[in-house]
Amino acid sequence: MSLLHWAILAPFIMAVFVPFLRKKAATIHTGWFVLILPVVLFGIFLQYLPVTMNNSSIIQTASWIPSLGINFTAYVDGLSLLFVLLITGIGALVVLYSIYYLSKTKESLHHFYVYLLMFMGAMLGVVLSDNVVTLYMFWEFTSISSFLLIAYWYNRDRSRYGAMKSMLITVFGGLMMLGGFLVLSIMGDTFSIRELAAQAPELNNHPLFLLAMILVLLGAFTKSAQFPFYIWLPDAMEAPTPVSAYLHSATMVKAGIYLVARFSPIFAFSGYWFWIVGAVGLFTMLWASFNAVKQTDLKGILAFSTVSQLGLIMSLLGVGAASLHFESLDDNIFTTAVIAAVFHLINHATFKGSLFMVVGIIDHETGTRDIRRLGGLMSLMPVTFTLSIIGAFSMAGLPPFNGFLSKEMFFLSMIQLMELNLFNVETWAVLFPVMAWIGSVFTFIYSMIIVFKVFTGKFQPEKLEKKPHEAPVGLLVSPSILAVLVAVFGLFPNLLSYSLIQPAAAAIVPSIIPPGEHLDVHISFWHGFSPELWMTIGVITVGILLYKFMPKWTGIYDYFPGKVTLNQFYNSGLYAAERGSNAITNAYMTGFIRSYLVYIFAFFIAALGFAIWAKDAFRYDASAAAPIGLYEVSLIFVLLAATITILLAKSRLTSIIALGAVGYTVSLFFVIFRAPDLALTQLVIETVSTALFLLCFYHLPKLSRHEEKRRFQAGNAIIAAGVGIIVTLIGISAHSSKLFASINEYYIENTYKKAGGENMVNVILVDFRGFDTLFEIAVLSVAALGIYGLIKLRLEKGGETNENE
Amino acid sequence: MKTNDVIFQTVAKVVFFMIIFFAIHLFFAGHYYPGGGFVGGLLTAGAIVLLLLAFDIKTVQHGFPLDFKWLIGIGLLFSAGTATGSLIFNVPFFTHAYNYFHLPLFGKTSLHTAMLFDLGVYFVVIGVTMTIIQTIGESE
Repeated sequence: MSLLHWAILAPFIMAVFVPFLRKKAATIHTGWFVLILPVVLFGIFLQYLPVTMNNSSIIQTASWIPSLGINFTAYVDGLSLLFVLLITGIGALVVLYSIYYLSKTKESLHHFYVYLLMFMGAMLGVVLSDNVVTLYMFWEFTSISSFLLIAYWYNRDRSRYGAMKSMLITVFGGLMMLGGFLVLSIMGDTFSIRELAAQAPELNNHPLFLLAMILVLLGAFTKSAQFPFYIWLPDAMEAPTPVSAYLHSATMVKAGIYLVARFSPIFAFSGYWFWIVGAVGLFTMLWASFNAVKQTDLKGILAFSTVSQLGLIMSLLGVGAASLHFESLDDNIFTTAVIAAVFHLINHATFKGSLFMVVGIIDHETGTRDIRRLGGLMSLMPVTFTLSIIGAFSMAGLPPFNGFLSKEMFFLSMIQLMELNLFNVETWAVLFPVMAWIGSVFTFIYSMIIVFKVFTGKFQPEKLEKKPHEAPVGLLVSPSILAVLVAVFGLFPNLLSYSLIQPAAAAIVPSIIPPGEHLDVHISFWHGFSPELWMTIGVITVGILLYKFMPKWTGIYDYFPGKVTLNQFYNSGLYAAERGSNAITNAYMTGFIRSYLVYIFAFFIAALGFAIWAKDAFRYDASAAAPIGLYEVSLIFVLLAATITILLAKSRLTSIIALGAVGYTVSLFFVIFRAPDLALTQLVIETVSTALFLLCFYHLPKLSRHEEKRRFQAGNAIIAAGVGIIVTLIGISAHSSKLFASINEYYIENTYKKAGGENMVNVILVDFRGFDTLFEIAVLSVAALGIYGLIKLRLEKGGETNENE
Repeated sequence: MKTNDVIFQTVAKVVFFMIIFFAIHLFFAGHYYPGGGFVGGLLTAGAIVLLLLAFDIKTVQHGFPLDFKWLIGIGLLFSAGTATGSLIFNVPFFTHAYNYFHLPLFGKTSLHTAMLFDLGVYFVVIGVTMTIIQTIGESE
């Protein structure tokens, strides 16, 4: 475990202490303690900057399950460092913002910060893991913490709905991705991303290559809210605004982008990659920006805008894949796309983060986010207005902000596609810049809506819940810092060029960069009246016109059918799934334990009987059998007598005691066959379960058990006999056949030598097969809590349930 | 109906301690002789069940004023913690460590992290058994 590993785990460790801080230091806002962590981590990771600037990397391995090739390998290169700095940097600002946003007295802060820290740690784990299994583990952690954070105000219906939706969609994607990882690891025989990338050319010709790619992309697209999976993101806006700013715009939704970037060296040689990533990204960008315009909730606009911007970055990564097909660096124009993707990723985090915080301020100070009720806030909230102008203008791609630069590079990359003579793009190439341009026009329009619908126009105080005024300084600090960054990166983009952008871009397309050389990243404001500048000018002109005459054309949204939306599809799909599974469950859950036993045993007989028959597994070989002595015979008679007593006894008590006798007799067998551990356990279990039976039967009506004459049931008799026969057959065959050498010898040899114990059974339990024990006690615990829940719930039924208050 | 069970109650009080001591012995003997956390835990739970049968749930709860559900959590924490703890020492998950020490009174003694893991099992088993029996017993 190196410093890097501890840095990843630090948020989790911190999360353990948050509830105590909340309790012990209730007078201080818990956020102040939490704030320390991302700031310190940011500082630590900044020190890695000189390393990655040389396009070199650091790798630290801690072994986790080395026998399976699963290790906790932390890997820092330009790409992961960029994300780490985003996660910790924006994380610090968001925590600072949340201190003023969430009330110390009204909110359950300890939950909030525990989830937030969990997320931070998980996200660091995702971007720093080189092992796909660890990456997957952290990936699902982000889904879970996102679920918890969206449902933070869990007494709201919409929050729970949004949380569940995001969980279902992202976890679905996560599972697909796990499948992709497994396929990849089978193809390349390693779990390490670096080692997989090294074999990229061989993997490309593998028949499973396309399957692996699609599965991994499903993970990326669900997480990064690409079409058609984007529907969870607008509903995730029910989360508190700091969460939206952090998870759902700056970091978590970019995990998909990270994944695509990270796996580019493996997949990007393929034409499918170019087409799928590029086209899905571009279409998402267009579709989401088009939909953003019709939203009335400010956070709704931002949600769709985030989807659209993610699509933009995604499409750039797709187009950038073309660069891998050109060997030399000099005439490779497609690296522009990769550089633009990285640059826009940074820019988006800054301007969108600040916009979310601005919207949070508006919500906080006016009590609404509905643009139909807002207006004329400019004079009341001048600072917020300024911040929103900077953020929105950057998003719209206006100079002199950073969004302008990356938007220009985006246009340039799309135009350059027309020169590409790969992947059959010739006929379709012109569509790319056209779609990009239309999407940008809508981006411009909704950016204007955010600023001008809220801050100009008529002030309508009667529609607001609170009397609006400028936000306290604490709330303004974080968005101001981000807004300053927007302007600084806009004016001096080359601050980033070789410190962050070049190393990250180089990590995405490592194979085309000769050792010791760099990608040429020079971002300049003015490069003459190039086509991309004309496109920007076009966006602005058309955008302004369309914004002015909005009421005239918004009618087109009515042409889209309301019934066949993706949301409708999700809702009815979920409903049908619930109904269907309900119907199936009701069909066989009769409520009688008798029926369940019939199912279980019938299946048992069928499955095992079939296996014995099909595999011809029955063997009889008595040569190795021990002699049967007096003890065994007499014990068998006791067993038989006790069993028959159970069946014939008049009262339940007698049956229970006879059942106990069966158990004790079995333990005597263990004694005879010299298995003291088993005998001991069997004795105690028998005692405890007899007590349990007594307790349970105490609740049953005191009827004589044979009072109501039940008619003989042939089916039950067959099943009972069948189970007996099958178990006997298996017992005999198991004893008679030796398919492979017994593992006994291994245990005999190693119990003392390796595990330092003498009782083999116990050493197996706690050491050799400790995993089994660990999971067994976990299952036991779940069972106990389940029984507790079921019984307590039944008892409290009809009383007050305070779940939905 | 009020039954007279003075003899049972008196015997139970004495036998309880005998069982408990035996259970603790089993737990510690586990690595070398028959026994271990699972049996030890079950036996301890059995001892408490004996008290439950001799007295009633309220009296026993008074005698053991702890929530057995907590015991489950503590036990899981011990077991999972022991397994995870090995990572801190840069060895794979679930690597145990042991050595032999000369302790006063005990003489040569083996100290083994498997004991910590087994202690978790011990707690979980007591917690699970008692939670189940108590919940079912209470629901009259």
